[in-house]
Amino acid sequence: MARYIIKRVLLALLTILIICALTFFIMHAVPGGPFNREKALSAATIEALNQRYNLDKPLGEQFLIYMREFFKGDLGVSLKNGREISAIIGESFPISAKLGLLAVAVAIFCGTVFGSLAALTRNKLPDRIIVFFSTLSTAVPSFILATLLLLVFCIQLGWIKVWSATSHSYLLPVIALAAYPMAYTTRLAKTSMLDALGQDYIRTARAKGVARWKVIFKHALRNSLIPIITYAGPEIAYIITGSMVVETVFTIGGLGSKFVSAINNRDYTMIMATTIFLATLMVFANLICDLLYKAVDPRIQYD
Amino acid sequence: MAEYDVNKVPKKSPLSLQLNLRKFEPATEEEKKQQDVMSKSTTFFRDGMKKLMKNPLAVASMIVLVLILLIILLAPSFIPYKYAEILSINGRRDKGAKNLAPFTYSQMEQKYIAQGNYRFPHIFGTDEQCRDYFVRVIYGTRVSLFVGFFASLIVLVIGLIYGSISGYVGGRTDLIMMRIVDIIYSLPDMLMVILLSVVLKEVLTFPSGSVLEKLGTNMVSLFIVFGVLYWVGMARLVRGQILTIKENDYILAARAVGASSGRIIRKHILPNCLSVIIISTALQIPSAIFTESYLSFVGLGVDAPMPSLGSLANSAREGLQSYPYKLVFPAIVICLIVLSLNLLGDGLRDAFDPKLKR
Amino acid sequence: MEKEYEHLLSVQDLHTSFFTDNGEVQAVNGVSFNLDAGKVLGIVGESGSGKSVTAYSIMRILADTGRVVGGSVLYKGDNIIEWSEKQMRGFRGKCCSIIFQDPMTSLNPVFTVGNQIEEAIRLHTDKKGAEIRARALEMLQLVGINEPDKRLKQYPFELSGGMRQRVMIAMALACEPDILIADEPTTALDVTIQAQILELMQELQRKLGMAIIMVTHDLGVIAELCDEIIVMYGGRICERGTADEIFYNPRHEYTKGLLRSIPDPARMKDRLVPISGTPINMLNLPKGCAFCPRCDAAMKICLEAVPEELTINENHKASCWCNVRDAALKEKEAAGNE
Repeated sequence: MARYIIKRVLLALLTILIICALTFFIMHAVPGGPFNREKALSAATIEALNQRYNLDKPLGEQFLIYMREFFKGDLGVSLKNGREISAIIGESFPISAKLGLLAVAVAIFCGTVFGSLAALTRNKLPDRIIVFFSTLSTAVPSFILATLLLLVFCIQLGWIKVWSATSHSYLLPVIALAAYPMAYTTRLAKTSMLDALGQDYIRTARAKGVARWKVIFKHALRNSLIPIITYAGPEIAYIITGSMVVETVFTIGGLGSKFVSAINNRDYTMIMATTIFLATLMVFANLICDLLYKAVDPRIQYD
Repeated sequence: MAEYDVNKVPKKSPLSLQLNLRKFEPATEEEKKQQDVMSKSTTFFRDGMKKLMKNPLAVASMIVLVLILLIILLAPSFIPYKYAEILSINGRRDKGAKNLAPFTYSQMEQKYIAQGNYRFPHIFGTDEQCRDYFVRVIYGTRVSLFVGFFASLIVLVIGLIYGSISGYVGGRTDLIMMRIVDIIYSLPDMLMVILLSVVLKEVLTFPSGSVLEKLGTNMVSLFIVFGVLYWVGMARLVRGQILTIKENDYILAARAVGASSGRIIRKHILPNCLSVIIISTALQIPSAIFTESYLSFVGLGVDAPMPSLGSLANSAREGLQSYPYKLVFPAIVICLIVLSLNLLGDGLRDAFDPKLKR
Repeated sequence: MEKEYEHLLSVQDLHTSFFTDNGEVQAVNGVSFNLDAGKVLGIVGESGSGKSVTAYSIMRILADTGRVVGGSVLYKGDNIIEWSEKQMRGFRGKCCSIIFQDPMTSLNPVFTVGNQIEEAIRLHTDKKGAEIRARALEMLQLVGINEPDKRLKQYPFELSGGMRQRVMIAMALACEPDILIADEPTTALDVTIQAQILELMQELQRKLGMAIIMVTHDLGVIAELCDEIIVMYGGRICERGTADEIFYNPRHEYTKGLLRSIPDPARMKDRLVPISGTPINMLNLPKGCAFCPRCDAAMKICLEAVPEELTINENHKASCWCNVRDAALKEKEAAGNE
């Protein structure tokens, strides 16, 4: 068991390293490096940048220095406004985290419930309704849904106030963010529940005299959770990338919207640091899912 | 249960037994065959197509897709406006044609019509740069569909070749190739896509006048990004299929009966792979369209003035309160296309995936 | 006061169908038999003959598309087809248990062996806590599993095929049912393990005295174990009788075909004689005898009418027109000799 965990952790760290390297070197592929701007920088700024970022040193060494500083907490400085990136992330990430966690929880929980319900009432009305809505939801990209929700509920109906410093309504952003993963989880849960219900061990449980509902909740559900947990990793990745547009649309000051403006402003240091930060987050999320997976399914070999 | 005791038959002559003796004559082969009704034999492909056609959602999706294709191919011939054309009458720019509602005309246009001329209606109105919106949506659809199909094609080709080599050759080559796939697979794709798009935008320059320049750096970088990152899923799938099929007993059986490698590949391996590959590609297209519209929304999509459904949706955000229709039209089109492709993909999977139990 | 009953289990004219997208599959068409306490009944037939479906109909654990559409199943005089789901839950596992063909897929992979056995005990007895654990241990010992306390904590995938089947048997017998149905219990096992499991079943039957219904396609298994044998084809009973009668005096063309197709080591050089054709399509049962299309000795009457069940002797009944023909021929002979 320990071997399994260690192996997975090492792989995760390797992946993060590769991502850091890729990000760094790709960013530096921009002609003139990430610090050349269309805006003219004063000589003093250029001097300061050179010093700070050791731009005169060879690229490989720059990378190592960057990594060292990164893990010490110094993520560099935003090219746009000169603020410390670690501070920017520090104040904007908690909002995104809250949004993201809510969305993940809603997506997984509601998805599992609806999917299992659909499986149990197969071909009857609840199933048809659930299938209808989840199919629709998979066709609407998160940014479109976000904009539509903003249009209808904030602007036209005025039921929910637009996000501002004083009023923080997470309802619409969470819906916009969670819609697609919830729909996908629903379909997944339905298929895996149906699959589990068709297995021989369900027949054995019935033959033992186990009550119908217990067969579903005890015997089938645990087996059907396995694919859902497997999907949780990609789901979290989707929510992280989705949060960028959702935050932009709802003008929420989270890390995602900061990232989008960084892209639009060609704020390369910000782009680099945020990419690495978010990527690390994703890798760790995947790691946790891998470990959780083992807890649910004892058959996984310690490979 | 009747207790007809064989030993207690009344002593009658056979001719007077209630049973018709002629019935005890042997039955002929034809008579026996009539009894045994088996279902008609059919090939896998025909069986699948039949199932697909019976699926009302799949058929409806196909109709919708065909309709959309027809519209985007034919409509521009009827509509006198170009997607980048700022509306003008007789050469003079029509400044009042900004953000017109659907089917309305600007003041200049109204005067023009009053003079007895014909002005083609603006079916979707106009945008903030005085361009006909319907044409832009149509071109946006073209771009999105083009990107979707082409990107999926790239994924298919690269993934297929890579996966089949890896699966067929096996051994050490397979191991190394799959390690590379694993590494690429574990990278957060969206972030890498954004990263690459940002950089490629700066880096790519094309010889002027070439096809690539016409497409624009953004679109080409999109294709490059797809080519570099997204084929891994398909490669894994193809390799997995080939490995499983190679192990199957029916391959062994075919070989034992003396079938040549060529025949085995043609008749056994490919058809079994094919359905999975087609289904995967069909579901890849909406995914590619999603990715492209996402990137366009974020500002990394196609270059202005060329529209894409994602960038149209993005620009609609500015005037959202006053001109909601600018969002609604591209939104409906995206959803329709993606929905149809998804339903079609599902229908294909239900019809052609032999492992699915109904 | 308990009802008076003639047989422990009496299946009377059972009809079971599956209602699928392609039509009604008539899996069981008029099956009747009796089972007395302590006896072993064997049901033999090919895949698709309806033998497993008969067993599942008795336990009422058919798939959702399946339904008993006619006949009755009397357990100690009560027709269990009419029982509510609650009553059936008290029946399954307690009065009648079943073990299945593939022990790997029949055991839940995410729960330990002990958990699954204890579940059965908890459902049908009043035992609590440590008593349940003790009973589970006892059952594992009874079925001959070594290191039973270790096994209780293991998962199904950690055990061998033979051991898993023993676990299934332990689970089935934990609440001391009157009837044990064994649906192809040895088909998925190696030959040597098969013999062990059969021996185990014989021993348990002697010790615990339950009635057994053994469903199988393996004639060898049947011969050893069973007091009475039923041969099924096309959802109907072709022939029933003791092992001696069936093997040495088969009176149905299907049975004759089955016995003929067994490879005979004494005649190694001769060609094998299989039954020609393929099993019947249950969506479209013919008007007459189900076996007719594949029967070498088919007669015109076989095409038109389902044969009635005829008594050959007190231990032997068969549903084949050949018997009527033979009787008629005998008559003719006898008449000719007078």
